[in-house]
Amino acid sequence: MQRYFISRLVQSVLLLFGVLLLVFIMVRVTGDPATLMMPREASPEDVEAFREKMGFNDPTLVQFGRFISGAITGDFGNSLHFKTPAMPMVVGRLPATVQLALTGLVFAVVVGIPLGLVGGFNPGSVIDNIGRFLALLGQSVPNFWLALIMILYFAVRLQWFPSFGRDEWKSVIMPAFVLGLPVMGQIVRLTRSAVLEIRGEDFIRTAHSKGLMLRTIYTKHVLRNVAIPLVSVIGVQFGYMLGGSIYIEFIFSWPGMGQLLQQSIGWRDFPLVQALAVFTSAVVLGLNLLTDMAYAIIDPRIRYGK
Amino acid sequence: MSNILEVNNLVTKFYTLDGVVNAVNGVSFDLEEGETLAIVGESGSGKSVTMMSLLGLIPMPPGKIEAGAAFFSGDEGRRDLLQMSPDELRDVRGGQIGFVFQDPISTLNPILTIGEQISEILTRHKGMSKDAARRRAIELLTQVGIPDPELRYKAFPFQFSGGMRQRVVIAIAIACTPKIIIADEPTTALDVTVQAQIVDLFKRLREALGVAVIWITHDLGVVAGVAERVLVMYGGRPVEIALVNDLYEHPQHPYTLGLLGALPRMDARESERLVSIKGTPPDLLLPLRHCPFAWRCEHAFDRCWQEIPPLITVGEQHQTSCFYDLEEGGPRDV
Repeated sequence: MQRYFISRLVQSVLLLFGVLLLVFIMVRVTGDPATLMMPREASPEDVEAFREKMGFNDPTLVQFGRFISGAITGDFGNSLHFKTPAMPMVVGRLPATVQLALTGLVFAVVVGIPLGLVGGFNPGSVIDNIGRFLALLGQSVPNFWLALIMILYFAVRLQWFPSFGRDEWKSVIMPAFVLGLPVMGQIVRLTRSAVLEIRGEDFIRTAHSKGLMLRTIYTKHVLRNVAIPLVSVIGVQFGYMLGGSIYIEFIFSWPGMGQLLQQSIGWRDFPLVQALAVFTSAVVLGLNLLTDMAYAIIDPRIRYGK
Repeated sequence: MSNILEVNNLVTKFYTLDGVVNAVNGVSFDLEEGETLAIVGESGSGKSVTMMSLLGLIPMPPGKIEAGAAFFSGDEGRRDLLQMSPDELRDVRGGQIGFVFQDPISTLNPILTIGEQISEILTRHKGMSKDAARRRAIELLTQVGIPDPELRYKAFPFQFSGGMRQRVVIAIAIACTPKIIIADEPTTALDVTVQAQIVDLFKRLREALGVAVIWITHDLGVVAGVAERVLVMYGGRPVEIALVNDLYEHPQHPYTLGLLGALPRMDARESERLVSIKGTPPDLLLPLRHCPFAWRCEHAFDRCWQEIPPLITVGEQHQTSCFYDLEEGGPRDV
């Protein structure tokens, strides 16, 4: 277990270093980062002054060293747009994004897992058909479209929810629903198929042949095995929701990291984009690490490194 | 000796999208206390489905038991297994009838310790406390020949070899000192040397516990070493029942004769080829109207195509369902 944890930790740190390298190269890949970051109408003198100020005239290795040492202390330079340090701004947006992603995930899990379980244990039943229909809907409806329709209907016409912003507790409901719906669909399907698959396994027949109570068979033998794929998908999806809610935050004007990313790209605010990319990666890597841990706790084959 | 299990005319069908599969078409046999009965037949002959049907282990639907009775003389006296409620069957399974399945890789839950998988059957049927179940489980592990039982109690299935896993499965099967163990091809998935060890273990346990064993196999070679009596099945029907030696020396059914001919022998000359039975197994989607072996039988005559041969007694404890007398070389007078 310890060895597994340490190896995963080392892998994560290496990956994060790779992300830093990519982020560093990304800005320089077109040759001159100064012309990339400055407005097109800027005079050559302004560009040169900017270049000097940002240290782009130094040797690349020196720049990289500076970038890395800055990154370790959380210093990604000042945002070009706001003229304040970039990282604290990113971190300041974290609570809003976490609130949105977590609400969406809780919705997806609380609705998806029970529907999937009922479907898996009673395939062909009414609830199973409802669950499969919802799953299909959730996975196939484009959620930018759904977001607009919901704003039109529930915010504008019925006025149940605010159409944008994060001013009251109700604000989170629509964006979280839209964000969580496809994940819910995936969880319904995965849970259902996992239950069906595990129920058909030889060791479940063994459990029946031992005369165990149905409740014991379902909870101890089926559910624990179903939890293995579920945990990994939920972990990955949560990371995806944290880092990938850009257009949903945009549509609902949700003041999270996704909105900031969309804006900072528009402003060509590279220090901010870099800070966002690195921070999001770190969060996702951390989550994956946690997922792997949960995985190992459930599945001894992983814990003992097989 | 009295019979512990009496199966009469069991009929099991599967209602699939392709049609009705006539998996078991009237199987009858008895099992004496403490005896080992081998059920032999090729894939699809209905040998596993027969046993699964008796204990409610076939998926229903699509499976359906259409007829028959199976009287089991268990703790509650002589009762028909097929008339029991699912809950009553659950008490019989594991508690009074143990199972060993073919593939020890897939028959154990991969994420529970083997100790847990043995203990749970003891707490379920014997009402043991966790601690008592643990002690008994370690005893059982010792009994089936697993070294370091206390250490291995906490191990997971993937940390065992195939043969060791099968020993664990056997420990589960004997945990509640059942009256019958149903072993469904217990050695098929194992190496030959491990097969021999498992066969020996079975023989040892049978003597120690006095348990009756139903040994399902397609391997007539293994049968000689373990069983007292053999039931040969074909097309979902019993075709011959006899004492082992009698069956090997005087097979009375052309199919049994074919099976014995297909058995590789150590004393065969190199020039001798293994004999195979011509043709293919019967299509179980077709309802049975005559001898299921008639298509492949070189002795088949008109009567074989007109009726289903019943089990005919041809000697002491020897029955066959064939109208043709192999030893006399002509139709039987029945």
